[in-house]
Amino acid sequence: MSEIFPYILDGLQIVILLFAAPVFAGWVKTLKCWFQGRTTAGVLQPYRDLTKLFHKDIVLAENASWVFRFTPYAVFGSVVLAGGIIPILSVDLPLSATADIIALISLFTIARFFTALAGMDIGTAFGGMGASREKTIASVAEPAMLMAIFTVSLVCKSTSLSQMVQVIAHGEFILRPSLAFALLAFALIALAETGRVPVDNPATHLELTMIHEGMILEYSGRHLALIEWAGMMKLFLFAALGIAAFFPWGIAAANDSPALFVAALSLILKLTVAGVGLVMIETGLAKMRFFRVPEFLGSAFLFATLGMLSYFMLE
Amino acid sequence: MTATPFTLASASLFIIFSALALVPFLFRNQRALITAVFSLTAISSLLSLIAGIWTVRDGITESYIILLGLPDLPFHMRLDSLSGFFLTVIGALGFIVSIYSIGYVRGFIGQRSVTSLVFFYSLLLAGMFMVVLADDAFFFLISWEVMAASSYFLVMFEDERTENRRAAFLYLAIAHVGAIAILLSFGLMAGFATGFEGFNGYTFDAMRKMDIPPSWAAVAFFLAFFGFAAKAGVMPLHVWLPDADSVAPSNAVALMSGVMLKTAIYGILRVTFDLIRVFPWWWGAVVLVFGLMTAVMGILFAILQQDLKRLLAYSSMENIGIILIGTGMAMVFASFNMTALSALALIAALYHTLNHAMFKGLLFMGAGAVHHATRERGMEGMGGLIHRMPWTSALFLIGSVSISALPPFNGFVSEWLTFQAFLLSPALPSPLLNLLIPLGAAILALTAALAATCFVKAFGVTFLGRWRGDHDTPIHEVDGFMKTGMGLAASMCLFLGVLPTFVIDWMDIVPERFLGGKLAASAGEFGWMWLTPISYTRASYSGPVVLLGIIAIVALAYIILHARGTTIHRGPLWDCGFEKITPRMQYTGTAFSMPIRRIFGFLFNVRERIEVDAEHGQRAFPSRIYYSLKIRDRMWNWLYQPVADASFWVARQAGRLQQGRIQMYLIYPFITIIVLLVLLR
Repeated sequence: MSEIFPYILDGLQIVILLFAAPVFAGWVKTLKCWFQGRTTAGVLQPYRDLTKLFHKDIVLAENASWVFRFTPYAVFGSVVLAGGIIPILSVDLPLSATADIIALISLFTIARFFTALAGMDIGTAFGGMGASREKTIASVAEPAMLMAIFTVSLVCKSTSLSQMVQVIAHGEFILRPSLAFALLAFALIALAETGRVPVDNPATHLELTMIHEGMILEYSGRHLALIEWAGMMKLFLFAALGIAAFFPWGIAAANDSPALFVAALSLILKLTVAGVGLVMIETGLAKMRFFRVPEFLGSAFLFATLGMLSYFMLE
Repeated sequence: MTATPFTLASASLFIIFSALALVPFLFRNQRALITAVFSLTAISSLLSLIAGIWTVRDGITESYIILLGLPDLPFHMRLDSLSGFFLTVIGALGFIVSIYSIGYVRGFIGQRSVTSLVFFYSLLLAGMFMVVLADDAFFFLISWEVMAASSYFLVMFEDERTENRRAAFLYLAIAHVGAIAILLSFGLMAGFATGFEGFNGYTFDAMRKMDIPPSWAAVAFFLAFFGFAAKAGVMPLHVWLPDADSVAPSNAVALMSGVMLKTAIYGILRVTFDLIRVFPWWWGAVVLVFGLMTAVMGILFAILQQDLKRLLAYSSMENIGIILIGTGMAMVFASFNMTALSALALIAALYHTLNHAMFKGLLFMGAGAVHHATRERGMEGMGGLIHRMPWTSALFLIGSVSISALPPFNGFVSEWLTFQAFLLSPALPSPLLNLLIPLGAAILALTAALAATCFVKAFGVTFLGRWRGDHDTPIHEVDGFMKTGMGLAASMCLFLGVLPTFVIDWMDIVPERFLGGKLAASAGEFGWMWLTPISYTRASYSGPVVLLGIIAIVALAYIILHARGTTIHRGPLWDCGFEKITPRMQYTGTAFSMPIRRIFGFLFNVRERIEVDAEHGQRAFPSRIYYSLKIRDRMWNWLYQPVADASFWVARQAGRLQQGRIQMYLIYPFITIIVLLVLLR
């Protein structure tokens, strides 16, 4: 039993991801409504949207090839797999050795790569524009991301996520300036990677400003549902990744029920707070011009580099 | 006599030279010539491939003296794990491209004679086999020149076009400047091996035992590095690479870009880790810096290209940069005697060498297939080929995914290993390196992300969307030989990506022999599914689990969603309420790369001009808009233009000697004799 338990837990984690991600997305939307003085549709609205989309028929663009039809599945598959790797509840996961944090980021890159191709597949200007902008932002974000990873790996002596959680949560508690800088950098990068304000606006369909929405403009029915669902999971996973790397306290080290109960509670608490933080940023800032994004990500790179320098100088 | 890997390798050379000897008899029947010669080169490559795998697996070292060449200067040949590894790479790609060539070269029948293409293709392959087998400077340089000359003729194949002649000349000039540097480097090492009077120092064996002072070792190393860098297309000696690779026939380019550039990597590794062996850390740092510069500039150039083969050529430059990054890191670690980390970095470099041969071979074969089918070179005139060439586009997509370093394909494994080497650099005992090497890692991350952008563009503009050219262009899928060649390369990309532990176990002998450290103890520790280069807690990656995991989730989602039947309608594109959008309104390649051009434009010489023809001077009502974009390499103005100007100046000055008057010409020998008499009293 004790041998199968980690596998069950890994499966459970994926199920949690699948069902909690829409709630988290709904929570963010609800908060946003509250902040902006609007009435809300409730935290369960994403479920209703997904159900509606899953029941609709698909209208495919005349020119769409198999790449366009395969993309939603590739995106969904890579994001769900990432959910089995990040320690959300426990570090004792059989899948966690599949990928360290660098490989994990590459799993998200698969999703982005295929979404960009799907945007170019239909043969309109919007798709290509979205693809071009998305890939440009991804390119500029990557060095900052690696620098943040570098800083964390200096502290943890590892890039394996389970190991990071072990070192930070279950090791000696030290206040580390390097991790503070890395967290700041990570937060900026996460905004860019998940397509939130001020880099991209997930709510807009204004042709000239959309990035992610531009690529998926022609999707409908279950294809759109899969992509939307994967998008929510990606937001959830970036929050979980930030939690695992910077605030891992509470994630279970061993698989016993009390520890898992604590882990679940602390996860809910942390995600609630993370949602508040995200909405404060999104409400407080305006979407920036596309060519200002490199400066934004440049500052993320600077913070991550400062984190690395402070590790060498102070720790 | 029992068979050894060397027997196979020499049989392979024998077969390839008999294929060359067949050419004069068969050139009247071009179709038979193509089938016969390319079949023979395929067999020959296969033998070399087996010989290479065998040598590396068993860690065999064999050396032979061949009584050819000048009197008293016999050729030395040696097959060890390093040459075995490169023999494997060349053999593998040679086999694949030879099969592809049977189909590809037939496309030229009826247009021009293919005799020179067939002949020099085989000679290039033979030259590359000989380079890695050579064990003395003399034979090495002869093989090196055979390789350079045959690739020159391959670039010249369609010699009625000015750009081919220009590219070939530039290539030959830079290759020879490089060859001179290599010759000088070998001369220095031979001199320190046995003294500058004798000739016996020309063997690599003598050089291994040489006693060279550090300063002269540095001179020898940097001469060799310069020479090999010229061949590999390292910045700033890269200008020939895009020119030559974009005009030569695609099967030749697949070999040139896929493996010929790697012989230069072989040369650098041979000179550094085998002949000189002891070096300070800053040599590695210099290699690392050049690698980083080449990688990031190469991929930026690649993104800005609109010609598919040119884009691929610049991307080769990027990959050579990544290989050099691994090599440089290996040198830095080795100079501090950190053998395990040095082995990690060297394995990363070698693995990337193998990977790049496979995916770049595949991509160039794909570009050749596209050119073969459409007669179109620029991407801006293409689009929508996925509907007409389903096989080529699917295989090209595999190549693009591999080169973009996406798991579970092969490019990811070697880049991941390189990142691991970077992440372990804080173990170095030098604070300066500790602070600077992470910045290198950031540049590598930028390069990897830009590569993904570049190949979204390459695949998206060429194969996706709608056809931008004329409606009546006949486009057909390519034949079975070409599909087989590309299919083999694509399956190698998947194999090398999913099962890296086997490959690393196999090639671990190379760092063990040359650096005294190995990786296998840790790489396969956790079972063949998990790649754990240093330790399990440090970092791990599992290709099989990623592949199977994604397949399982996708299959599950697909089955669940298709349990209830929904219909799929086809509808017109969303055109914002305008009527009739045309294929020309699609995003173009130039438009796609515009943000990158704007962000990184300061690195290039970009000239963008917009001219508006206005009716009646009313700029608000333009009748025609002209847009022109020129992107030039700053290196041309900084480095090449001065050299070209200087050589013209020298030529003009020397030209003054030729007055055309007999009296003047008679004075020259007279002066010469007097000078000689004075000097040689």
